[in-house]
Amino acid sequence: MDTSEDILQQGSPDLVRGSETRRAAKSARLSPSFISWLQAGPMMLVFLAFFLIPLVFVVIVSFWDYNEYQLLPAFSGRGYTDTFEGCIAQLPDLCTIAKTYLKTLKLCFLVWAITLFIGFWVAYFLAFHVKSKTWQMGLSLLCTIPFWTSNVIRMIAWIPLLGRNGLVNSGLMKTGLINQPVEWLLFSEFSVVLALVHLFTFFMVVPIFNSMIRIDKSLIEAAYDAGASGLQTLVNVIIPLAKPGIVIGSIFVITIVMGDFITIGVMGGQQIAAAGKIIETRVNALQFPAAAANAVILLVITFLIITMMSRIVDIKKEL
Amino acid sequence: MKEGRPRSFYVLAIFFAAYVLFLYGPMIAIYVLSFQGPQGGLTFPMNGVSTYWLAKLFQGTGIIDLGASFRRSLLLGIIVMAVTVVLSVAAGMAFRRKFKAQSILFYSAIASLIVPSIITSLGISLEFRIIDDLIKAHWNENFETSMGLLTSGLGAHLTWTLPFGLLIMFAIFNRFDPRLEEAARDLGATPWQTFRYVVLPIILPSVIGIGLFGFTLSWDELARSSQAIGAVNTLPLDLQGLTTTVTNPDIYALGTIISAVSFAVITLALGTIHMLNKRQAAKGSDAGKGLV
Repeated sequence: MDTSEDILQQGSPDLVRGSETRRAAKSARLSPSFISWLQAGPMMLVFLAFFLIPLVFVVIVSFWDYNEYQLLPAFSGRGYTDTFEGCIAQLPDLCTIAKTYLKTLKLCFLVWAITLFIGFWVAYFLAFHVKSKTWQMGLSLLCTIPFWTSNVIRMIAWIPLLGRNGLVNSGLMKTGLINQPVEWLLFSEFSVVLALVHLFTFFMVVPIFNSMIRIDKSLIEAAYDAGASGLQTLVNVIIPLAKPGIVIGSIFVITIVMGDFITIGVMGGQQIAAAGKIIETRVNALQFPAAAANAVILLVITFLIITMMSRIVDIKKEL
Repeated sequence: MKEGRPRSFYVLAIFFAAYVLFLYGPMIAIYVLSFQGPQGGLTFPMNGVSTYWLAKLFQGTGIIDLGASFRRSLLLGIIVMAVTVVLSVAAGMAFRRKFKAQSILFYSAIASLIVPSIITSLGISLEFRIIDDLIKAHWNENFETSMGLLTSGLGAHLTWTLPFGLLIMFAIFNRFDPRLEEAARDLGATPWQTFRYVVLPIILPSVIGIGLFGFTLSWDELARSSQAIGAVNTLPLDLQGLTTTVTNPDIYALGTIISAVSFAVITLALGTIHMLNKRQAAKGSDAGKGLV
């Protein structure tokens, strides 16, 4: 006993002083559940004030009325009827909102497929081919650093490459493959998809890598020993075990693209309609109930997609 | 047995290298282009080399009041970083025991991460508008707005940074040895002393990681700020505004400066983490290496 006290005293004087004060007695009286509340409470309050209550307001306001310049707190379905205007009258043609959502889903699917392909193989390389821990750390970091830098900068970074007089066009002209600059490289759906892939493949790599790193290497050896080909091991062993990561990554990418309005705005030259952009346009026109109604629709669709995907995997168990 | 690396290694190594090039190539292009000569344009080739465009930004003769936005973004980033670190570590500790509302907090954090930013941003702006209307109606007719950088703006950023902080804390405590705390307790340390002298030093490198996420995510935040920041702009908002109007390399210069801050913070954080890890390795536990 004496020695431990001595060591403590040498190491840090206030360690011993603290143990004698009333603080020790007081904290002993606090019940564990009270301490948990003290610890988790502040974060809960932030989510309550800046996430949960705002979501409730979005739903409430979506049922309010509005005129040119203000909110009218009276029940009205106008936010929704304005949004779905012409959807029945114009049949069999699609109304604006349906077209917009179809386009958003198309972008979503393209970006999802490409990020999944790139993300899977990047994670596979890091998890199975890079043997040294130091290299694994270093290369993972290399993939992460861009995530800590500005998205807008990473979007405008494509301008000097893809623009009318950009590197790609001038390169193609020099080699004589084209006579005129290609216009669809920038401010087009192509550049939107490219930028979204560029920005958000990270969200695929991390969860897939996390799943792969937990795969017991002896399972793979066992598969080889049992005579499985590389492809069979991949399809029957690695992909099923990496599925949680694939699903989580997919949820991230899909929800980001569904709600995106900045990348689509900047890279689409503000010309491409998308689910998130409708909300932005309505807010800029000060039509808050219509914006809120669109937010509710987007939320419902996003929620449906996530529910469908989380059927495949229990997210809570994987984190 | 081993016969060198399989062919798939080389194929995937090339694929990985291409991905890294794809990640960094365009960024590096605009850093280079921000050093265009005074006559230079938005694309290659370079028209001379100068710091003309960077200097122009600092002189304030450019398109926007860069200094004010810069200070605002920096202030907000530092506050978001501090709040994220403190709340994440506290909540992370709470999750090591069972407590009521545990799953509510967990699902709130996950939802906050994946609900599209524009919806969160719109919700916060509606919330503050309604608060403003209430104050105007009941207390003070001349009240302007409660929306602002450090009210709605701070809240909006926290809904983005806190989930990352919490997930990092989960990762830390997944591989934390609780016997270390038991030992401290057996030696008579109070809960606070156990935390301060045992737990915190061990998790410190990861806590700095949380701070890194907190600052950089706030520094570059755009989608959530867009509706919730109030009347003033942050740097990323200014930059986004420029994308539709600018025809000369100002915008690259601004991008380079914003990135320079990001990289300075990343280097500082990673350097500190590296140093702490080395110190831990040198001075840390010798358990298992003993003579017995």
